[in-house]
Amino acid sequence: MLGQNEQNIKQRMEGRVAANKISMVLFGLATAVGLIVLVLLFYRVLTQGVGYLSLDYILNFPAPYPEEAGIYAGLIGSIFLMIIVAVFSIIIGVSTALYLEEYAPKNRFTDFIRVNIQNLAGVPSIVFGLLGLTFFVYMFNFGYTLLAGGLTMALLILPVIVVASQEAVRSVPSEIKEASYGMGASKWQTIARVVLPAAIPGILTGAIIALSRAIGETAPLIIVGAATAIYTLPDSLLAKYTVMPIQIYNWTGRPQEEWQYVAGAGIIILLAVLLLMNSIAVLIRNKYQRRF
Amino acid sequence: MSKVMEKKTNVRNEQTKKPEVKSEVNKEKASSIIEVNDLNLWYGSDQALYEVSMDIPQERVTAIIGPSGCGKSTFLKTLNRMVEMVPIVKTSGSIKYREQDIFSSKFKQEYLRTKVGMVFQKPNPFPKSIYDNVAYGPRIHGVKKKEILDQIVEKSLKGAAIWDELKDRLHENAYGLSGGQQQRVCIARALAVEPDVILMDEPTSALDPISTAKVEELVQELKEKYSIVIVTHNMQQAARISDKTAFFLNGELIEYADTDNLFQNPQDKRTEDYITGRFG
Amino acid sequence: MAVSPCLMDERSLMMDKGLQSEGNMIDVQQMIENNKKKKTFGERIEKIIPFFLLLCAAVSVLTTLGILFTLLRESIGFFSDVSIVNFYTGTNWSPWSGEYGVAPLIGGTLLVTLISTLVAVPLGLMAAIFLSEYANDKVRRVIKPILEVLAGIPTVVYGYFALTFITPMFQSIIPDLGIFNALSAGVVVGIMIIPMVASLSEDAMNSVPNALREGAYGLGATKLEVVFKVVLPAALSGIVASIVLAISRAIGETMIVTIAAGATPNLTFNPTESIQTMTAFIVQAATGDTTFGSTIYYSLYAVGMTLFVFTLVMNLIAQYISRKFREEY
Repeated sequence: MLGQNEQNIKQRMEGRVAANKISMVLFGLATAVGLIVLVLLFYRVLTQGVGYLSLDYILNFPAPYPEEAGIYAGLIGSIFLMIIVAVFSIIIGVSTALYLEEYAPKNRFTDFIRVNIQNLAGVPSIVFGLLGLTFFVYMFNFGYTLLAGGLTMALLILPVIVVASQEAVRSVPSEIKEASYGMGASKWQTIARVVLPAAIPGILTGAIIALSRAIGETAPLIIVGAATAIYTLPDSLLAKYTVMPIQIYNWTGRPQEEWQYVAGAGIIILLAVLLLMNSIAVLIRNKYQRRF
Repeated sequence: MSKVMEKKTNVRNEQTKKPEVKSEVNKEKASSIIEVNDLNLWYGSDQALYEVSMDIPQERVTAIIGPSGCGKSTFLKTLNRMVEMVPIVKTSGSIKYREQDIFSSKFKQEYLRTKVGMVFQKPNPFPKSIYDNVAYGPRIHGVKKKEILDQIVEKSLKGAAIWDELKDRLHENAYGLSGGQQQRVCIARALAVEPDVILMDEPTSALDPISTAKVEELVQELKEKYSIVIVTHNMQQAARISDKTAFFLNGELIEYADTDNLFQNPQDKRTEDYITGRFG
Repeated sequence: MAVSPCLMDERSLMMDKGLQSEGNMIDVQQMIENNKKKKTFGERIEKIIPFFLLLCAAVSVLTTLGILFTLLRESIGFFSDVSIVNFYTGTNWSPWSGEYGVAPLIGGTLLVTLISTLVAVPLGLMAAIFLSEYANDKVRRVIKPILEVLAGIPTVVYGYFALTFITPMFQSIIPDLGIFNALSAGVVVGIMIIPMVASLSEDAMNSVPNALREGAYGLGATKLEVVFKVVLPAALSGIVASIVLAISRAIGETMIVTIAAGATPNLTFNPTESIQTMTAFIVQAATGDTTFGSTIYYSLYAVGMTLFVFTLVMNLIAQYISRKFREEY
């Protein structure tokens, strides 16, 4: 009786162990799907785009023929746009984080701001485009300009910057704040001279990651009227502009196959810029990690 | 332990006797720089200090001893109002620094802290260079000129007896120093503001014995010019370096006397129990 | 630091005197005394700064209010032209001929979302299980950043990939698949949200106390059994929240569907057909010659508000679930 039972258990055990092995392989494969897709995507983009990639491509304006088209306007436009986005979103984002972490009283309004930021992060980017269209393009009458696009994108990434800055500010040890207060420093002196300098690596890392999200964004800029073809560089905040993703989108949508190669080349440039930004972020993070 | 709890009720009554004890102790000429009278302190609804009255003598080392949670750190941090960084803190009673009420609205916290400096339990240098650490205080109070800052930094590091060790490394990050060196830089940083009083909150508890000895030696030198209040967990340390010692228990000041007296001839049974190691 | 003469205030002048008279020593305390007497610039800063920071914090609130305001106001403008009942019950969306029944757009969005969920939830969950329960530290340290890269690819690149790679690949299996179809778009949206499901679910699984696992191992359970009988049930609310959030992302996704799913408002559940989502319509109308103030212009906002409500509800559900989840441990 007992022997029978034990044998049963043994048999079932083998099955259970086998199921465990099989499922482990299955889970591993599922994880690999993401990686495989990534490899395929890079392979596809490289093979399609690399033929059109050249210095001319980087330095040319859009053109009616694929061989002459270039991403110069988009590249420079993206850089200009990011400068505007960085200025507004970092100033407002870091200030919001400082308010929430250092000054905000514990009350309903503070809670409301926190929940609000969380919700804002979940709003689709295209809705921010509609916000920008109403306010920046029409109500403030900026038109389809760099400034309207920059402000729209700044609001879009604001929640990311606030959350990253909050974490950075929170991770400054209270001991060194106390040391500052202990010498008669005021609250703002302590924040400006101790808290902020110590939090800057974290803030910068977060900001660069947020900006690298913004530089790939397309939808809201379509809504606030980034141009698809432009033959001059923007020379003021109120100039027309285009950005790399918009050019890529425009080229992808054309029926002739050559334009897809042009788009592929644009994607290579865009991904290279993203890689550069993320490397900087990682570098900063590694250099200043765990100083406390 | 239970004995202590029972006696706690009596302490309130004994409190009235305190002035007598004090007058007996104060036969030495040293005048006091801080006078604490009937200080009570609450964290929210929990009372942490009960009717504490004591005078801190000028240019002496005053040690505060007692078991963990007895309120000694809280008391120390009340002297420069750092305790109020916890928003729910309430106090009653008075603390006078050179005859001025530190809780008065005319007396600014920031100003108080330039007079009553502090050294913390864990060395807490800023993640800046040694120079910038020491120059921090003068800078926030408006010193901008380089040559003046240079002088202050040198003088303060000398005051903390660490100038010779560090004079060639002033622009290195203070995080690269050993714990003992960091703590002495923190002392130099406190000296740079030229306070009258230096509060030390178990300044050697995170240090090795050799560094501890150096800091103790330094405390002896500093009392030439500064009034020092030091909280310590270590009774031997209190006996070694202090002129007067206060024993706290459960938020009350049990006994306050010249160090030799307190350790050799404690007046209160609880003090005796504590210093002979019966609890705590 | 060189201080130019014009920048020198009284204080530093005073210090210079001190410097000469007092044998090169400056009295910091003297300076503090001097500072104390005047109502300094510093004190004013101390009052202004919190106010300035509060104003900045208010920007995020204003943004939300701005979104609500613009969506509501322009939608109301739209519903004065087109009846709200027709908008939500009509099944024909052809704004250029005056037909505003939003159902085909909602249908298109839901179809793409459904496909993407079918891709992302199993793959994302399996990846989360693998990372949290099976992978060792080394493997995890390699795979997690790669998943992060997947999450950081711009959506326009995914759109390009869907149109030029996934669709031709599917066409070799399903010959009558159109160039624009819901299937490719949905699959690629699914791939895009895999990292979200995987990393949030993994967080939830990681926060399951080890003691629970050890209890089951102690009874002779295999890893697989521990996963399904202990870890998944315990992490369920976190997992569900991650899925809901990922669905919300899929609903709001724009570029992939605009590029790969087409521009044919089409109330269908056939994934091989070309469709149009709410987001794709907004892009289409905004890129076309939509005159400010026209009915089509206002329809952008009516569709935008519908989209916003969808994602808001999803986000609120996710927050509700994860708040409950936090209370459990």
